Amino acid sequence: MAKDSSKTGFLSEEELRGGPGIPSEARRQKGAVAVLECLEDIPCNPCESICKFDAITVGEDITTPPLLTEDNCVGCRSCVPICPGQAIFLVDESLPDDKAAIEMPYEYRPLPQKGDIVIALDRAGQQIGDATVTAVKKTEKMDRTATVIIEVPRNWSMRARAIRLKR
Amino acid sequence: MIRSEMVCVGAGPAGLAAAVEAARNGVQVVVYDENDRPGGQLFKQIHKFFGSREHRAMERGFDIGNSFLAEARQLGVDVSLNSVVLGIYENGALNVMIRDRIEHVKAERTLVATGAAENMIPFPGWTLPGVIGAGAAQTMANIHGIRPGHTILMVGSGNVGIIVSYQLLQAGCQVAAVIDAAPEIGGYAVHAAKIARVGVPFFMSHTIKEAHGRDRVAGATIIEVDAEWKPIAGTEKRFDVDTICIAVGLNPMTQLLRMAGCKMAHLPGLGGRVPAHDLNQETSVKGIYVAGDAAGIEEASTAIIEGRIAGLAIARSLGYLDDSEFLTQRDALLKSIVGLRSGSHGEARGKAKEYLNAMVQA
Repeated sequence: MAKDSSKTGFLSEEELRGGPGIPSEARRQKGAVAVLECLEDIPCNPCESICKFDAITVGEDITTPPLLTEDNCVGCRSCVPICPGQAIFLVDESLPDDKAAIEMPYEYRPLPQKGDIVIALDRAGQQIGDATVTAVKKTEKMDRTATVIIEVPRNWSMRARAIRLKR
Repeated sequence: MIRSEMVCVGAGPAGLAAAVEAARNGVQVVVYDENDRPGGQLFKQIHKFFGSREHRAMERGFDIGNSFLAEARQLGVDVSLNSVVLGIYENGALNVMIRDRIEHVKAERTLVATGAAENMIPFPGWTLPGVIGAGAAQTMANIHGIRPGHTILMVGSGNVGIIVSYQLLQAGCQVAAVIDAAPEIGGYAVHAAKIARVGVPFFMSHTIKEAHGRDRVAGATIIEVDAEWKPIAGTEKRFDVDTICIAVGLNPMTQLLRMAGCKMAHLPGLGGRVPAHDLNQETSVKGIYVAGDAAGIEEASTAIIEGRIAGLAIARSLGYLDDSEFLTQRDALLKSIVGLRSGSHGEARGKAKEYLNAMVQA
């Protein structure tokens, strides 16, 4: 049966729910954790190779979608820029004042700056609202894929997946 | 006459991988490429590759290209550019046009790694300036640093269409839509998600009806198609775009192989007419090998492995590598390529390759 995403290009919340890479709400509220939005059987396993904490399992058959062992994930963020599909996000719902932080890969230029107000977009590219950039990370090891951390209301944490800069 | 132990036709991922592997084992290698720079498609591929570490996943195509070129140079591989192989004749004879002169070359082994050409679809207005192949758009943006247009309509939702759309967004273009006559997106879901989340809409079961404009593209109209791929009147949608990119598949460039008399098969899953070849990448004509997209449309990562296998096989056949050493290395590579030919996107390619392998023995 055709999945929604095979026509729209983005995963619906229904498709994602219960996916092998999606951490529980309880885990997300404890602190930063990887969200692996990768459900298709494509041959790829850099996320498994980079994880030092046995939190991501692909296995011998590299077309198996990655499985997250949420209690092993320490939120080290090394999988976020490494994913060639840019399908890994880091979500932290432990912030005060009902806020959450989302780290996402970012390969457009110019990069946003810390403190910028940007527009948060959902998986369909629809505007959700304003978000604050709290950090931009770019090291040699990340091989020209920067990551951007935004702070948003907590109930956007599993919705906001991209940003648009205000010009 | 130029004599060579091994001639590679094409300096893309397959040809360079083969050249490096063979030269490392002592083979004297010449690589001919018709372009003015080597690398084939690798230098256009600014994205990180899939696969696992052994497939060079996480590395970007142009970085892989640079490392191959450095290695080839270090090993003394002769990469001859602006060199068009015009024909392959009996007993390893080739005619090569190098710049403005034609050379007669005698190669003990020949590897054809000529890659592929983009398919085109005709529609009213398709000859207007502004209708270009997605590969051309990628060359303009990623090699020459030129935006092919401001607002793009991408026709074709395979990995090429989606990845090029993403790279055009990176270059600062707007992508109005990605359309495909097929009911479902052809490329990887993660690639599609990357452009969907920045607002690029997909119109599946839609084809291009016409390009507007007098002297160049000034718009495009698309139309929905039914289950029989027939346009449905009244479903037209118009986009104000100045560029239409066509990404409707690739076709293996097999002219030299056909000229050499290689047994061919038409396998749509591999992009068209492809040569039968064995597990060593040798075709039905002894001494002529094939690797990469010319052996069936796949990916750069599979092209590199096929190239390496061909390079090793050629080294063995010329006596530079003993059988057991060859088999150990080859079988590791075969195991590695199986991983890339599995899953819902790769399985059919794996089956088609088995068919080609069986055919060469028959």
